[in-house]
Amino acid sequence: MDFPILTLITFLPIIGMIVILFLKSEQKDAIRYTALISTALQLLLAVFLLMNFNYQAVGINDESSFQFVEKVRWITIPNISWLGTIKIDYFLGIDGLSILMVFLTAFVSFIATISSWNIPKQIKGYMAMFLLLDTGMMGVFVALDFFLFYVFWEVMLLPMYFLIGIWGGPRKEYAAIKFFIYTLFGSIFILLTMIGLYFSATEMVDGVRLHTFNLIELTKAASYSADGILSSANPNNYRFIAYILLFIGFAIKIPMFPFHTWLPDAHVEAPTPISVILAGILLKLGTYGILRINYSIFPEITVQLAWWIGLFGVINIIYGALVALAQKDFKKLIAYSSISHMGYVLLGMASLSVTGISGAIFQMFNHGTITSMLFLIVGVIYDRAHTRGLEEFGGLANKMPVYTGFVSVAFFAAIGLPGLSGFISESLVFIGAFGYGTTRILTIVALLGILLGAAYMLWTLQRLFFGKFNEKWQALTDINSREYIMFIPLTIVIIYLGIQPSLALDFMNTSVKAFVQFINTAGF
Amino acid sequence: MPGSNLISLSLIILFLPLIGFITVLLFGKRFSKLYNLEIGILATNLILTIFVMFQKLMYFPEKIANRFTWINFGNVPFVGELKVELGIELTNVTVLMLFVVNLISFLVHVYSTKYMEGDIRFSRYYSYLGIFTFSMLGIVLADNFLMMYIFWELVGLSSYLLIGFWYEKDSAADAGKKAFLTNRIGDMGMWLGILILFTNYHTFTFDIIFEAINAGNIPFADNGWLTAAGILIFMGAIGKSAQFPLHVWLPDAMEGPTPVSALIHAATMVAAGVYMIVKVFAIFTADALLVIAVIGALTSFISATIALTQNDIKKVLAYSTVSQLGYMVMAVGVGAYHYAFFHLVTHAFFKALLFLGSGSVIYAMHHEQDMRKMGGLKKKMPITYYTFLIATLAISGVPFFSGFLSKDGILAGTYAFGSLTGHWLIPVLGFLVAGMTAFYMFRLVLMTFHGEPRDHHKYDHAHESPWAMTIPLITLAVLSFWITYTPNPVSSDAGWFLNKIENQSTVVPQDTRFEFMQTEDVPNEENHNNHTEQAVIHSEHYMHAMHEAHYPAMILSLVLASLGILFAFVVYYWNKVSADKMANAVPFLYKFSLNKWFFDEFYHSTFIRGTIETSKGLSVFDGKVIDGAVNGSATITRGFSKISGLFDQYVVDGLVNLTAFKIGFFGFIFKKTQTGRVQNYILLAILSLIVLFIIFLPFF
Repeated sequence: MDFPILTLITFLPIIGMIVILFLKSEQKDAIRYTALISTALQLLLAVFLLMNFNYQAVGINDESSFQFVEKVRWITIPNISWLGTIKIDYFLGIDGLSILMVFLTAFVSFIATISSWNIPKQIKGYMAMFLLLDTGMMGVFVALDFFLFYVFWEVMLLPMYFLIGIWGGPRKEYAAIKFFIYTLFGSIFILLTMIGLYFSATEMVDGVRLHTFNLIELTKAASYSADGILSSANPNNYRFIAYILLFIGFAIKIPMFPFHTWLPDAHVEAPTPISVILAGILLKLGTYGILRINYSIFPEITVQLAWWIGLFGVINIIYGALVALAQKDFKKLIAYSSISHMGYVLLGMASLSVTGISGAIFQMFNHGTITSMLFLIVGVIYDRAHTRGLEEFGGLANKMPVYTGFVSVAFFAAIGLPGLSGFISESLVFIGAFGYGTTRILTIVALLGILLGAAYMLWTLQRLFFGKFNEKWQALTDINSREYIMFIPLTIVIIYLGIQPSLALDFMNTSVKAFVQFINTAGF
Repeated sequence: MPGSNLISLSLIILFLPLIGFITVLLFGKRFSKLYNLEIGILATNLILTIFVMFQKLMYFPEKIANRFTWINFGNVPFVGELKVELGIELTNVTVLMLFVVNLISFLVHVYSTKYMEGDIRFSRYYSYLGIFTFSMLGIVLADNFLMMYIFWELVGLSSYLLIGFWYEKDSAADAGKKAFLTNRIGDMGMWLGILILFTNYHTFTFDIIFEAINAGNIPFADNGWLTAAGILIFMGAIGKSAQFPLHVWLPDAMEGPTPVSALIHAATMVAAGVYMIVKVFAIFTADALLVIAVIGALTSFISATIALTQNDIKKVLAYSTVSQLGYMVMAVGVGAYHYAFFHLVTHAFFKALLFLGSGSVIYAMHHEQDMRKMGGLKKKMPITYYTFLIATLAISGVPFFSGFLSKDGILAGTYAFGSLTGHWLIPVLGFLVAGMTAFYMFRLVLMTFHGEPRDHHKYDHAHESPWAMTIPLITLAVLSFWITYTPNPVSSDAGWFLNKIENQSTVVPQDTRFEFMQTEDVPNEENHNNHTEQAVIHSEHYMHAMHEAHYPAMILSLVLASLGILFAFVVYYWNKVSADKMANAVPFLYKFSLNKWFFDEFYHSTFIRGTIETSKGLSVFDGKVIDGAVNGSATITRGFSKISGLFDQYVVDGLVNLTAFKIGFFGFIFKKTQTGRVQNYILLAILSLIVLFIIFLPFF
């Protein structure tokens, strides 16, 4: 590895943050542009990664075929009593599972920065926190050492807490603390499993077997010593318990029913750009974590529990959609729709097939763009009307025609209209999940989701834009140029990937095929 | 000219309207004349289509197809090579349908220049027509289920946009939503059917799937799944072609502008369901076909009974459309898919004509749609009247008009089906509908154009519509004569049209077919594969039965149609019988018909209410129970910490304090001994010594 591009893409926002900390609070534009430039550069780097990505490299459980790898010894504590030598690597790399998430993170962060332009108070602190959050998220997607992964995972938490707790709505303290405690609760499970895995597995380093946090080594049955607590040779069911704990840790982030109730509160209270980050990127960390850690390290339990994962996926889809249908607050409705759409990711993952998992990852990406757009849409109307009550609007189509157009694109993408990206990923999920005998019946139930999804979206469209115009909103203006800049790139991506999905699918194809082969045949 | 050129031309035909859509949508507001581009595109399309159609029909008896790989997964574990292909194919049926769609779309484009004149969203309207035409052509050209589904959804979108075009009206916005959602129900089934096929064959392409089934490769090795796949795919047609029980959206769709009703909700989109089941006829088992036939027959009967009593001119036509679509579906179900497609085409022309004619009336009457306020318009609007009359004669099944030929074929088909299978209900319903159709159509004509004007104010202002509206009427009227399809006015068998429709070979296993569709095994010593020799769909048996049925069916349908027409004259022209009195004689039946069998009320109070109540209940559950559990555990944790706080304060800290207190107490006591007087210390020391001495005495 010549040039530490992953380090750069991860820590670029931190550099921006440091610069911002040296600026005075009054230099608002300087602060904004610093943040914008940081995320713009990050986006450029992400595009560079896409352009130099090797489609044929596998990754997954083969360390040598990960790309843009950086691996250096980070922490070494030699021979401390019974612990032995503690070794932690600074180990970054990407493969087909993560490349799209890296791009998504950079892309959505950039859009969210534009959306943060008019944060009314303490822009300095806001942007500093925002950039720190960006680093945390990016780090999770590129880390291949469990310890490092966990560090980034926790780094994310604190800025998010402040971003909701300081810049949020009326019940911000409640929402922020709920988010924080809930996620931390999940983190404990992840931490437990991490420590368990560490003491169960070893890797050969310089001729000595040392305990390891290396996520790739942990996927190999040979790495586990027979007496390790999480070794599959161990005749207890600790691996099963560890799987469940880890899964809950990630499921909270997705969020999966019944761990989802922090999300509507967090969304409703968070400022628009933070909702965008939350829905666009943060939720994917959960599903990504399940793929990268649960699936890869415990493949045999994954196969065993596939039906259950699918079941929770279906519950998310149907339950989320039904609850969304009853919402009168625009933002809450979108929050529940987001829960519903993450259900497709779970269902696709449960199918353990190439089509299903490709669909799941693609759905993660599309959910990132579509739901981001939906939250920006909520922000536009809230900025102008200072209310989100759906029943207070009506007939806005003639008042805000361009806005109506963008909303329609986003809504129909969320409904899964062909020609827009959501259709492809949902279809692939259905194809994969129906093709896999275990999840076949579940898929039939899940199909109801496409009806319910259309129901609440079209109803919302009608409540906002159709019918009689409410004279109260005479002063509303159509979207401004800054909002154009946010919407146009998202719209282009949504339409383009709907027509040419191979562009995204080819990035993951090789890895997903190897992944599916590995999960279904791993020798645990 | 090679076939590939026709494919290229078809692609141009497909994508031109899309270009029109995008251009007019984005720039239509700035350049108010831009809608002419869309009209120009349709004119070009029509010319190209006519060329392609003639080329195909004359010189290419075989199918022309072209596919490309859209998504390539490569060699997938446990599956093998997996790719998603899209493609288009040109068959005779395809090119005929292309012509129908492009012609009617073009005529509607021209017609709308006047009808929609002055609308605030005039160019938006044209851009929507563009995306509709694009999507509809996509359905027509698709050679695979996926592409069909994609465009299926896109016509759903354009239909939604156009029904709700005047979205300021709540009723229009509601109708658009209802149409989209009702269609989605059908689409869910269709998609599930497609999933069954894709799971088993790893392709969406019609031909490859047909070949696989023909080779004995049944989904999940179970004939039940094959039947299920067929019925599920048919569900798409139930939605799109407004079949019972999902027919409720189509009458509401009349909220859209009338030219749109003509194009989308009468002639083309709603016929897409029929077009699809004609195309994939090969995969339907006997059970699936029976379901199709019964649904079609019920639909046509139910909607005909509703059409009898409606007073809104567009509602009558809407229910008539549903009824005629039911006819076509029924025809496919009984195996007479030739006639289903034939009726699709003749119906497309005469029903578009009826809608455009009614639009002309509505335009003249200043947006009055209630027939009870019309009357006597014949004199004022002769072109509209005569063209409308031609279409009415066609739909009523009068000889020398197109509808007679196609309807007759369908009825003969049902008759033959009844005689071969014993399912007589289907032909009985079919013939009843024929009589009712003639009645309600003439009722419409007589109420609208004959008699005395009932609203003199509106009547006085009425006048014939401008040429942009009458030329389309005349064009369609010409196409409603028999001569377009065959030289013989009473039988279409020898006509060019029927002979150009390809025979479809059923590919399902022999034991899942109707007996009359089973093919005799051709004794062939060298070929042990029975399936290859069974390319013939209709056994001699069926052909014979249909031939036999031809004249009885024709006479019966003529008699019934004449009775229907006669009765309409008796009631609405000669006024011998009062319609009100008839209604009062059977009040229940009248109300039942007038209120459309209460389908909307039923759906509303069950499914819609049920869903909404469930969603409200779940929302409360989510807040109170699930989130309650989260907040509850937070409260409990806080409670615990409070208790431990108290424990800490009183017990733990209390112990500490107690110890301190004791120490303090003893300190206090012992403090007393610290007097500072030497003699006291000496006394204490001696006392201690004595005590020690006593204690240790035994050891000495």
